Amino acid sequence: MAKKSYRQAINEALAQEMRRDPTVIVMGEDNAGGLGAPGEDDAWGGVLGVTKGLMPEFGRERVLDTPISESSFIGAAAGAAATGLRPVAELMFVDFMGVCFDQIFNQAGKFRYMFGGKAVTPLVVRTMYGAGFRAASQHSQCLYPIFTHVPGLKVVLPSSPYEAKGLLIQAIRDDDPVIFLEHKVLYDDEEEVPDEPYTIPFGEANLTREGKDVTIVALGRMVKFANQVADGLETDGISCTVLDPRTTSPLDADSILESVEETGRLVVVDEASPRCNMATDISALVAEQAFGALKAPIRMVAPPHTPVPFAPELEDLYIPSPEKIGAAVREVMEHGA
Amino acid sequence: MSDGIQAVTMPKWGLAMDEGMVTVWLVEEGAPVAAGDELLEIETTKITNVFESPAAGTLSRRLVGEGETVPVGALLAVVAEDGAAEAEIDAFVERFRAEFAVAAEAAAESAAVEPECVEAGGRPINYLRAGTGEGIPLVLVHGFGGDLDNWLFNQPALAEHHDVVALDLPGHGRSAKDVGAGDLAFLSGTLAEFLDALGIDRAHLVGHSLGGAAVLGLALDHPKRAASLTLISPAGLGPEINRSYISGFVGAARRKEMKAVLAMLFADPGLVSRDMVEDVLKYKRLDGVSAALETIARAVFPDGRQAVSLAERLGELAVPVQVIWGRRDKIVPPAHAEALPPGLPVHMIETAGHMAHMEAAGEVNRLIGAMTG
Repeated sequence: MAKKSYRQAINEALAQEMRRDPTVIVMGEDNAGGLGAPGEDDAWGGVLGVTKGLMPEFGRERVLDTPISESSFIGAAAGAAATGLRPVAELMFVDFMGVCFDQIFNQAGKFRYMFGGKAVTPLVVRTMYGAGFRAASQHSQCLYPIFTHVPGLKVVLPSSPYEAKGLLIQAIRDDDPVIFLEHKVLYDDEEEVPDEPYTIPFGEANLTREGKDVTIVALGRMVKFANQVADGLETDGISCTVLDPRTTSPLDADSILESVEETGRLVVVDEASPRCNMATDISALVAEQAFGALKAPIRMVAPPHTPVPFAPELEDLYIPSPEKIGAAVREVMEHGA
Repeated sequence: MSDGIQAVTMPKWGLAMDEGMVTVWLVEEGAPVAAGDELLEIETTKITNVFESPAAGTLSRRLVGEGETVPVGALLAVVAEDGAAEAEIDAFVERFRAEFAVAAEAAAESAAVEPECVEAGGRPINYLRAGTGEGIPLVLVHGFGGDLDNWLFNQPALAEHHDVVALDLPGHGRSAKDVGAGDLAFLSGTLAEFLDALGIDRAHLVGHSLGGAAVLGLALDHPKRAASLTLISPAGLGPEINRSYISGFVGAARRKEMKAVLAMLFADPGLVSRDMVEDVLKYKRLDGVSAALETIARAVFPDGRQAVSLAERLGELAVPVQVIWGRRDKIVPPAHAEALPPGLPVHMIETAGHMAHMEAAGEVNRLIGAMTG
């Protein structure tokens, strides 16, 4: 099996689904690039090269470069989905959701419900998120809790290349609108990814480490940090379960609750701003439904409630780090000891 | 290497294994051991298994502590014949470790044995070939839902003396997911075409479960292709099969369901690790796998019964046949072995479930070795 990057895994998922199903199209700003300008066609392939190579294979009829107007092309994608295509629209940075949110939450997310189940909206919005890219506060946010808040949207956070390919193919084949969030500092991560198409079902958390002392629930890039922490603490005799929910909507509450019933301790790691994020949501779930199992207070590891700083030192300090996660795990272990 | 001093090294169980942890020593340092005695337990991310002494003598050095993890090929212990001088053993250890460091570097550079792909009957078939090229090859055929990695405790050991080929059946592992009619005739026919593609005229055939029925079918249809048959908990010898295992394996999509299904395979369900479940789920998620498994299950096990029994035809075979069964098999009843014609050797392994080649690998390897010379 070949090792592939997160970027390659996403590209391969798009290409394979476009080959399999002629109704799958991609659209977004500079998804190919070079249109109407001298020089290379397919000059960009997306701002970080994720869609590179799709236009030469599938043509400009199925790989659409859109104007810099998210409100128009996300709306167009929702309409195309409601009328028979399976569009994958790229919202370059999730930070730009503000200008097209009505199309997502009040249109695409409501069609099935408002039309009595007679409409399907197989729309995928691919979008980059996350800090660590030195891109300042308007290009570094997480924002997935906002989509998670809206019934009718499915929200996916792939944490590795294998996860990215299987979850994206699942997203494209899904008949509901799916927000597919790609963490921009994961694009060059590599792991073994099958060449064949495959799907990972939504709503089942991935158990990436199995332990008996503490449950760490982590999302997106934080899964990688949580795994590092779990491996490091094992030598100190602390054995951690790490759960990656994969999708925040639907959320695999069962796996989280069952794990906390076993370990009695919970640390939730979330890169999103700390108020009303996934850490608060998951903590509330466990506090309400598994309180009796808890041996220590729940700990949340999240950034401070501030825009993502541009100063590199401050940005590094802002992001939940393996050190902070490790300290939280030790704290819940030492509680009452 | 010194005469009478034998290295015990970390084995390589499966392609993905590059290190293992010593969980528990079963023999005290300085105690006598016989070849085949269980020396220690080793844990990998996928599975835990016992490791047997390669030689008789005294376990004169235990070099890795319990809980320690070392790379494949590293020295775990030394078994010395009686009378070996202490200084000689120390020198052996020192020399081994010096050479291992060099060898490990060389091994990291040279490619390990990798699976290959060959076209058989118009379908890409994935296989792993290991061992020496002399003599009649061994061909290992896994069961329903399995793959060539099921032989992780067998292929490396058998490959020390034989040319050993393990393959992924159609619809399984990394082979083509198109399974035609999916019946036994199709599976046996594909095996014949696979042997053709590799230029193997005759082979010692080893089949587990559904793979046992497939190699039996092959030997009956093409008597000249089989040099011997080893059937491990084989299908094809009676009507019963664990219906809930088959439908559970086909239907399970989530980790918990799959773990419960896989636990039926073993006498000790604790052997089912997170990695083992994850590997099976990764396979089952591939496009085409569900359809392939459903087609095979429908053709071979319709309504939860075995469609074909070849038991009456065993007498047609002119080559040696042996049957190995785990007494605690919960998938195919060991009673099928008891109904076989007298004179056919049946080795009942009391401690094993359906996966005797994993749970009692040492014994199964010896039985296969005895059959193949």
